[in-house]
Amino acid sequence: MREVLTILWREWVFFRHRFVKITTAQIVTPILYLVAFGWGVGENLQMDGNQYMSYILPGVVALTSMRTAFGAISMRVSVTRLHEKSFESYLAAPIQIHWLAIGHILAGALRGLYASILILLVGIPFGVVYSVDIPFFLVCFTNGFMFAALGFFAAMMIDTHYDMNRFTSFVITPMAFLCGTFFSLKKLPWILRHIIELMPLTHSTRLLRAIVLGGRIEMFSFLVMVVYCVIFTLLSIRACYEEVV
Amino acid sequence: MIRIDTLRKEYGDIVAVNDLSLSIQAGRFFGLLGPNGAGKTTLIRLMVGLIAPDSGEVHIDDYLIHRDANDIKKRIGIVSQHINLDKELSVYENMVFSGRMYGLSGKDSKVKAEEMVEFFGLQKHRDKICKKLSGGMKRKLMIAKALMHDPTVLFLDEPTVGVDAVARRDIWRLLKEINQKGTTILLTTHYMEEAQNLCDEIGLMNSGQILRKDTPEGLISRLGETAVETDSETKYFKDIQSAKTFAEGLSEMYTMRKTTLEDVFISVSEGATL
Repeated sequence: MREVLTILWREWVFFRHRFVKITTAQIVTPILYLVAFGWGVGENLQMDGNQYMSYILPGVVALTSMRTAFGAISMRVSVTRLHEKSFESYLAAPIQIHWLAIGHILAGALRGLYASILILLVGIPFGVVYSVDIPFFLVCFTNGFMFAALGFFAAMMIDTHYDMNRFTSFVITPMAFLCGTFFSLKKLPWILRHIIELMPLTHSTRLLRAIVLGGRIEMFSFLVMVVYCVIFTLLSIRACYEEVV
Repeated sequence: MIRIDTLRKEYGDIVAVNDLSLSIQAGRFFGLLGPNGAGKTTLIRLMVGLIAPDSGEVHIDDYLIHRDANDIKKRIGIVSQHINLDKELSVYENMVFSGRMYGLSGKDSKVKAEEMVEFFGLQKHRDKICKKLSGGMKRKLMIAKALMHDPTVLFLDEPTVGVDAVARRDIWRLLKEINQKGTTILLTTHYMEEAQNLCDEIGLMNSGQILRKDTPEGLISRLGETAVETDSETKYFKDIQSAKTFAEGLSEMYTMRKTTLEDVFISVSEGATL
């Protein structure tokens, strides 16, 4: 467990150093989404009986926490592995390697949670104020954990930084737009809808929207997220152990 | 004490470490010299547990590396040939982070980091972000980080690469001091002057094997203490008289000088057996 606290300490120090840069970078894109899709496209639009701006904000929270958690950890781990070569110095230390992976993933989950809170604050000037409670933050944290674990695993698998760009283009970006973040999946063709149902972001978006808009909270979606968390974490830990050959 | 028994590591058809055996007494300053591709870095990575051997064993003190990996890791410090600092953290934070990774409490890490800042003369740079340090300062910090947990053995893989002459001398002074305090040091370097200055024992390595282990003076003596150098070749002689006799018979210009460790290194790299 010492390893987890040490990694969290390191990430906290890094966060403190770059607080302004991290915070501003995390809100620019969501503001653009809210301006373009909320004000621009959807000013007079209703979706599932809600104002479009209210409808998309949970989706923007989900996709921002996904991007933040994934990006923070995949960037950090890939830079230390491929560029700085400092990841190896972790492996040379007397640590339990699985805690090293879990420490990084937890740090990513917390960054995702921070981004989620920022988006809630960003929503206020757009006229969207939610009353949020513990389940909302739990889903945000789990969403961050899930994608931080995916980011860690991806960073352990790649050989160059270009591979990470490709991974983001083919996996993260499609999820950001397709997983019910900006529109209802009901309108999609059956086959495409079922493919999207397999994607992890679909479930976090659905849960967040249900929590803030008073819809039906599907425990199945939370279970899917937990299963993805376990799978991505186990893959990350295995990749870490395989690094010491 | 470090003891290596018939250690072997292959990468496909390449035998990086070839049934190598070696022992290094506690408190020694041991230099590992060899040409590029000799297997030095692979040997160090095997010794610190970063890669597993195909066969053979590495013992440090009374521990076996692949059985007691974490016990050994607590006792060793590693300075890699790459600058592998956390560039986003300050000098002080890098040290604290390293201390915590090696099992020191937060409080102990901070106390030790302050000691290291002073010992390495980094007071003025304590709060500088690492990416803003000069090459020499970065190298010093890497050594300081590796010493945060008071290791008994310090592995240095080309620790002064890319460092200017003044900073290098400064690092040598610190390394001598660390060794005099009782830390066993294993150094690989391409700077022969560095090895000659620092090491009290040297292992010459090529093709994954230790070809010869001796003191710097012993190795020079084996090759011949006097060198006669012409444009086409360099010959070595056990004593100055034989060198003079040889030189008098030469029809071309020559230089007579003392043999250096570099001569030994070049001769072994070219296949000479001492």
